[in-house]
Parts: sequence; C-alpha cells; structure tokens
Amino acid sequence: MSNVINSERIPNNVGLSEDKRLQRALEEWQPNYLKWWNEMGPEGFQRDQIFLRTAISVDSDGWANFGHVKMPDYRWGIFLADAVKDRTIGFGDNMGQPVWQQVPGEHRNSLRRLIVTQGDTEPASVEQQRLLGHSCPSLYDLRNLFQVNVEEGRHLWAMVYLLHSHFGRDGREEAEALLERRSGDVDKPRILGAFNEPCTDWLSFFMFTFFTDRDGKFQLLALAESAFDPLSRTTRFMLTEEAHHMFVGETGILRMCDRTAQVMKESGKDHPDDLRKLGVIDFGTMQRYLNLWYSLSLDLFGSEVSSNAASFFANGLKGRAKEDQYEDHRALEGFYTIDRFNEGRWSKDDIPLRNALNEVLRDAYVEDCQRGVDKWNRTIAAHGVSVVLKLPSRKFHRHVGANANLPIDVAGNVIATGSFSAKRDEWLPSESDKAFVQSLMTAPVFDPKQMANWISPPKQGIKGRPVDFEYVRRDA
Amino acid sequence: MADAQQNAAPAHPPVRFETAPERYRHWKLDFPKEHEGKVARLTLDVQDNGGLREGYSLKLNSYDLSVDIELADALSRIRFEHPEVRALVFASAKDRIFSAGANIYMLGLSSHTFKVNFCKFTNETRLYLEQMSAESGIASLAALNGTASGGGYELAIACDEIVLSDDGSSAVSLPEVPLLGVLPGTGGLTRLVDKRKVRRDYADVFSTLAEGVRGKRAVDWGIVDESPSRAQFQQAVDRRLAAMVARSSAQTHPSMKLTALAGDYHVAGTNYRYVTLAVDAGRRVAARTIRKPEDDEPSTPAELASRGADAWLVRAFRELDDALLDLRFNYANVAAIEVRAEGRASAVLQAERILVEHAADPLVHEVTCLIRRVLKRYDNTARSLFALIDQKSAFAGVLLELALGADRTYMLAVDGVSLRTSALNGGTFPMATELSRLQAHFYHDASKAAAALVETAAIDTARAGELGLITFAPDELDWEDEVRIAFEERASLSPDAMTGMEANLRFVGPETMETKIFGRLSAWQNWIFQRPNATGAKGALTLYGKPERPEFDFTRT
Ligand SMILES: [Fe+2]
Ligand SMILES: [Fe+2]
Repeated sequence: MSNVINSERIPNNVGLSEDKRLQRALEEWQPNYLKWWNEMGPEGFQRDQIFLRTAISVDSDGWANFGHVKMPDYRWGIFLADAVKDRTIGFGDNMGQPVWQQVPGEHRNSLRRLIVTQGDTEPASVEQQRLLGHSCPSLYDLRNLFQVNVEEGRHLWAMVYLLHSHFGRDGREEAEALLERRSGDVDKPRILGAFNEPCTDWLSFFMFTFFTDRDGKFQLLALAESAFDPLSRTTRFMLTEEAHHMFVGETGILRMCDRTAQVMKESGKDHPDDLRKLGVIDFGTMQRYLNLWYSLSLDLFGSEVSSNAASFFANGLKGRAKEDQYEDHRALEGFYTIDRFNEGRWSKDDIPLRNALNEVLRDAYVEDCQRGVDKWNRTIAAHGVSVVLKLPSRKFHRHVGANANLPIDVAGNVIATGSFSAKRDEWLPSESDKAFVQSLMTAPVFDPKQMANWISPPKQGIKGRPVDFEYVRRDA
Repeated sequence: MADAQQNAAPAHPPVRFETAPERYRHWKLDFPKEHEGKVARLTLDVQDNGGLREGYSLKLNSYDLSVDIELADALSRIRFEHPEVRALVFASAKDRIFSAGANIYMLGLSSHTFKVNFCKFTNETRLYLEQMSAESGIASLAALNGTASGGGYELAIACDEIVLSDDGSSAVSLPEVPLLGVLPGTGGLTRLVDKRKVRRDYADVFSTLAEGVRGKRAVDWGIVDESPSRAQFQQAVDRRLAAMVARSSAQTHPSMKLTALAGDYHVAGTNYRYVTLAVDAGRRVAARTIRKPEDDEPSTPAELASRGADAWLVRAFRELDDALLDLRFNYANVAAIEVRAEGRASAVLQAERILVEHAADPLVHEVTCLIRRVLKRYDNTARSLFALIDQKSAFAGVLLELALGADRTYMLAVDGVSLRTSALNGGTFPMATELSRLQAHFYHDASKAAAALVETAAIDTARAGELGLITFAPDELDWEDEVRIAFEERASLSPDAMTGMEANLRFVGPETMETKIFGRLSAWQNWIFQRPNATGAKGALTLYGKPERPEFDFTRT
C-alpha cells in the first residue's frame, strides 16, 4: 500500500516521505477519495485526456504545469505557501504573539469545525457539477469545468491534510465524513445550504463559480490570517487556484452577455420570447439566476450578529479579509450598524464590531461582486444595448441571519407574504426559465471548432493554445 | 406598610403559570392519526419574540420560562385530559434543529434568584416526564430531527428513549462547561451517568466537547439509543412509539378537564377557592392556608369523574401548586411561610378516602400522583416552612403531609386542638428520597413512624408531643409571642444559609437521582453561577456572545 503514498504520486512540500503519521492516514483515506471521485466526480469523462494544470510545487514555475491527463490519474498534491519568517498573530486578543505551528488544545474544536466547514464545500461543488460535461458549450469550457473540479478535489486534500496532521483520531474521522456526505442528499447533506442546491446547467455553473466560489475566496482570505500557521499557509496557496474558478464564472457570464447583446443588436429584437427563439438567454433570465446564486451565497457568510465570529476573531482563529488594511486589529471598540425588521418596521441596531465580523466580510464580498457585474454591464453597453444587470438588495431571499425568511423584494423592502409568492417568478428562476435554459443545453459541443450558440467564444485560449485547441481528447 | 408592600412587588410583571393548549405559543400538542390517538406529540416551535421578558430572542428553539410553563401544562393535561394516550413523542418544527436549550442571553439578563428558580422549575418538569412514565405507563421518546444542545439534550435525556437523526451534522451536546463555564444543570450531568449509565469517562469527554457527538459515536457511548439516517428517521421513531404503546401499562379512565383556577391575584397575595396566599411584606412572612373540602366530595371513581377538576383533592392541590410558584417567582423577599390548614379533620379524611379505597382506579391514581407532585414542589420550595396548628386546623391525612414536610411545627397546647394521621401518611406521597414524610421525620426511629400511623383517633397536643410529631407546643399565653419571635428570628437569618440548611435537613435519608439533581447538581450549579469565572465581569457566562474573551482565575478550590 505505502508505495501509493509517495512524493511522486502525491506532489507535496510538507515532508510527506518522512511523515509516518501522515502516510498512515493517507493510506487509508486516499483509496476512499478515489472511490468517491469515481462515484461522484465528473460523470462520463474519466477516461478522457484533459489539458489540466497540475501543481507540483509552490514556486512560480512549479504550481502551473500543463499537460493532457486522465482525471483519475491527476496528481492531487498537498501544498503550503511559503512560511513567513517570524510571523506573529495579526489580530485579536493574542495579537503580536508568535503564530502557532501546533493546534492549541483550547482551540482544537473550533479550528476543527472551521476546517471541516471549509473542507465540506470542496467536494460538494464537485458533486453539484458532476453532470455538466454532458451539456458543455465547447471543449474549452469543458476543460475549465474539469480544472475547477480537480482543484476543488485538491482543496479537499488540503483540508484533509490539516485534519490528518493536527487533529488525531477525530481529524481522521472527520476526513472520512467529508467523503460520506453528499450534496443534496436528504440523509447526509453537505453542511452549508448553497452546496446542496442543484447546479445542472451552465448558466448556474457560471453563476456558481462567480458568486459561490467568491464566498470561498473571502473565507480563505479570512482563514489566511489565522494564528494557526499551517491553516494560513494552506489557504494562501488555495487562493491562487480559487482565482481561476472565479475567472471561469466571470468570463462565462461575460461571454453570455456578449452573445445575447450581440444577437439583440443584430436582430433588432428585445422581447425575451423572440430572443429565446433565436437561441440565446434573455437578460431577464440571467438576472433571475444572478438573484438566486447571489442570495444563496450571501447566506454562506452566516448571521449578521455572531458570537462565533467574535470568538474566532478574539482567539486569532479567523480574521478579516486582508487584515493589514485595518488600523485597529483588536476590533474591541467600534460598532457596526445593522438594519433589523421588528414589529413592522426597520430599526438600526448597533452591534459590537467583533460580533458583526461576518457582516464585515460580507461587505467586502458585495463590493467584489459589484466589480464583476460592472464588467458584464460594460460588455452589454458596448453593443449599444441598454440593459443593466444589478445585484439585488442583500436582504432579498435570505435564509440565514436577521432577514431570514422575511418577504423582502429585490430593492430590500418588506412586502406582504402573498405578494412575495406572486412576484417570485419575476425575481427568481421560474420553472419555465429552467426548462428553457435546459432546452438550450441538451447536447454537448465536442467539436473543437464549434461553440454553442448561446455563448460567445473566449478572447483567448489557455496557456498560449488557440481557442479551438483540443482541450479534451475524448476517449473513442 | 404600603411602602414595604411596594418593595415586595416584583420588578418585572408577575409570572403566571396557568395556561392551556389553545394559548400555547411555543408548543403544539396533537395526536397523530397514524397512532390512533395513542401517541401524544409535542412539537417545539419556539417563537423568537415570544419570550417572557424583553431583551432576548429565542432563536433556534432555545427556551425561557414561558416555554417550560407550557410544557408543564401539557404534561398535566396529557395525563388528565387524554386518557387514551400511551406514549409521548417530542419533535421539533424547526429544520435540523431540535433545541438549543435554555436561552443564554435570557440567563445573562436574569437575576440570580430568577435563574435558580427557573432551573428548579425546569428540573421539576423534566421529572414530571419521568414520573409520567413510571407512574402512568406513558413512556416518552425524544425524536431529535436535528441538533439538541444543552437544555435541548437535557429534555431528551429526561425521556425514556432518544432517536437522533444521522445526517452527518445533527449532534447532541452539553456545551455548558466549555462554552459558558457553568454546568448542564437541568439534570444533564446526573442523568448521563445515573440514568443512561453512560460510562463516566465518556461522560467527561462528552461534557467538555462543545460540538457534542453525532451518529454512531452517540449510540456507542449510550448518549442516544439509535441514530438512523434521515430517510429512516420517521420509521425508527414510529417503530419505537408503536413498541411503547404496545408495552404500556396505562389504563383508560374518563377524561378530566383541567379547568382554569382563575386565582384572584393582588399585590399581597392570591385568593383561590381553597387556598389563600397572604404576603406580609413588612415581616417578609407569607401565610398559606388551605381550606377544608365540601361536605359532598366524591367517594367513588364515577363521582370523581363527574365532579371533575372541581373535586377538592384536585382543585385544592392545583391551587397550592400555583401558589407555590407564585411565591417562588413573584415574592422573592419572603423568608418564611406560615403553613395553615383550616377546617374539620373529619371532612379531610372523608374527602381523601377515595384515594385509599379506590387506589387502583386509574383516574384516582392520577389524582394521587398530582398530589405527590405538588407535595414535592412544596418540599423543594426554598422558604422556611413552619406549620401552625391551632383550634381551626385540619392537619389530617393528606394535609398532615404539609406539617410533616415543614421545617418545624408549632401546635397550640389547648383542648380541642388536634391532628390526625391516616393510611395515606404511610408512603402514598413519597419524597424525592422515596421515604414518606413520616419516615423522614422519624429517620432516627422507624418504630415511631409506625406508632404514629396506627393512631386512629384524633391526636391532641399532648399526645402529639409524646408521639414526637410536633416541634413545639406553646400554650395559649405563649403562643402569639412564640410564633411571632420564631418568624422574626427566621426572617433575620441569612437567606442563603437558610436555603442551604433547609435543603440539607429536609432530605434526610438516601440519595436518589432526584435528590442528586436538586441537591448536588443544583447546589454546584448555583455556586458556579455566583463565581466570577461564570458571572464576574470577565466570566464566561457574562461574556458569552460579547466580543471579549473570558478570563479565568485558575485557582482550584
Ligand atoms: Fe475550493
Ligand atoms: Fe473554488
């Protein structure tokens, strides 16, 4: 068995060949991981050769090696970003003390929970996306899907490495459980809501990678500040990969906007029915998908007022994104004002800053999302089309926190429950929207020269290859 | 006097304990068709903003006193009003959350007195659940469709069986120690090892693990009975309920509707039909009087069924129960109680005869159990209890229990004053120790308890003295002064020392799970509640949910 667990098979910079404990843990876990990948990973493409990027080290030429590889043979590695010399804790009550290379006993359970919650999202998204290959708009996009998938797999490895190395038997059990939960399963659902939502068409996939992976980015940024140095280093390296996932989402929607605007201009039509007949997705439908995935992703940040967030921060477990940008790293003084709907009206509530850190992180996320939406709008405008996509109010369609399950419209006003259900299909994908989107995506495009009608080709290919390169070599 | 009365008036609106299913805000009581009405289902759906007081929100099915008042009411009603019920199931209407336990912000905002009384009341209610199973054959099942933490798990562990959904995230936990620096004080620690017999090393791990345990480990350690997948959860619950129904020893009886007591509450006490609570705020003494039954009290089960909750045995003890709670929650300053029973002893003995002659009748049995519960609540009331026996008194049989349960008895030494024992004093109403009050009274000499029981006639003051049934027997000239001084002296002593002293002396005899909960667990809990590590400015309970971290004084006592 142990011949499987070596540094050739598992590229790493964590000293795997000397680490008996880690080897033992991975010997048990790795076969189960492969079993999970074969069962729950991309369905129907496991024997194809995919032009994938594989990280074999963390230095600038090591982390991005390209070549055709079968997904089950992908070398999922374990990497920590370079250590920062004499790093000290950058926030919270223990600020200024040396960071921890080992988990302190008093924070063991909290850290484990943070790592498990993050780790659970990684395989979840692979499960959510496992059928998308059968409706890909091009080989270029198919390859991007698989790149995202294998990297989410690697992110799972990264979290499992921490569990195996620092959390003993409990950690090994949690690592197993990460392979047992299943997205959308009634019995063993994934931990967080958005990761149990179906993601079965490419419009959803692009929205997911834009909005939901971006939640991941901000969680990773916050964990990268952690006083637990191995967590900080692991997440810093994950962020480099996460950037590509968001690129896939952002450019995917951008290409769809481009295509729809182009067809509107050429045909002179703007009614959704006419555009649908022309085989492109109207902006109203895109807006509704945006509303859905944005609101689901906002929930992932947790409650506006959170004692867990306060305690994670105080103890140095999880900071704010880019903690450096703040002046006060203790966050004990200030307040954060949130809106609360109580007895028929909105009121302002001042929350001690530490308890509002989920909201602080959400603020940064909203801003980041807006930048992407602006790019989409510029693309639309470039065609002379006057449609503008908008982020709905962050109070809209929430299931977690102060506004959970309130009937709130896209502008953030509380309305009658009845009028919410009446308006629902104006704001969120309706059954007929979904049926239409699915109807556009019934067959895959495997010809490298082709691109589905509902999306424009990308500006350029990958790693200097042309757009019509054979990014996926189908197993004949 | 008026000023003093205002001082005694509670800072918050008084707490009232009477409710009824149609007024529940947090629970739904129903009888699912699939079990043909034989299963009562209590579904917890706490209204976030439906708490007793301002300043906290009852998120995640966390509870405050208002939730527990409804639960206690529901348990009584199931026993009296729904005689077809053979088993009880607890469920939650919230997705993936059973209950987060007692609301921590509520505890943080509450006075020490309120916290202690809140815990005591919830402890009594958990015990009612167990008594319902032991006494009436109505077993209970906790159907945990999601996480049950703290008091949520403590409710579950008071049930006979626990089923926890195994969905990879639902857990049972007792996070009080690691998160709040206090104990799982609603019986949690005691029941883990004494009732479920979880190995104490596992109990140690479980009680320090904030996130608790799930699925297989929870079953392996005996913390729950079964952990089926979500898909099989309802099936497992129904299977266990069907088995509970099948093995139930409960017998059907006519339904008895627990009608409203409609006490007349005023600033210095309450008047009920048979009970009066009169608070003298200046002296910090309350007189609690229970009055004699009617002349035509039911003597057969059929008569009892037709008289319903108006029967003296039912009504008077329900009133007494309400008055005890009124006293505990709404008159915190009262130090001592004058325990009085008014009327003719013969009328009491007449009214209670049904309990002896028809003890096996299921409805009569329920009445006996009700009185048992009220008397236990009386034992557990942290006020000095002095029984006063004079010419007007009717301390006979069931009412003699009040004198036997008191801390002291004063009996006026003049002709015509008497008390009466009856067969019911022989163990029909056991204390938490499982001893009768007579046995506890004569713990040093069981033969004296036997001797008192065989006295069939009225026992006058001299004879009561010989038998050892009373503490003091002042004569007419001394009576008023003696009694006045006794109460004044009592009211001047440290209330904390009195609470501790009385609790130690009243429960002479063996330990049971119940005495451990009210004694050991509650006493430690109440000590911890007062310590800076919990409730000081930097204490864990104080700072829970706040931005700062607790700072402990690490000295061990
Ligand atoms: Fe990821
Ligand atoms: Fe990602």
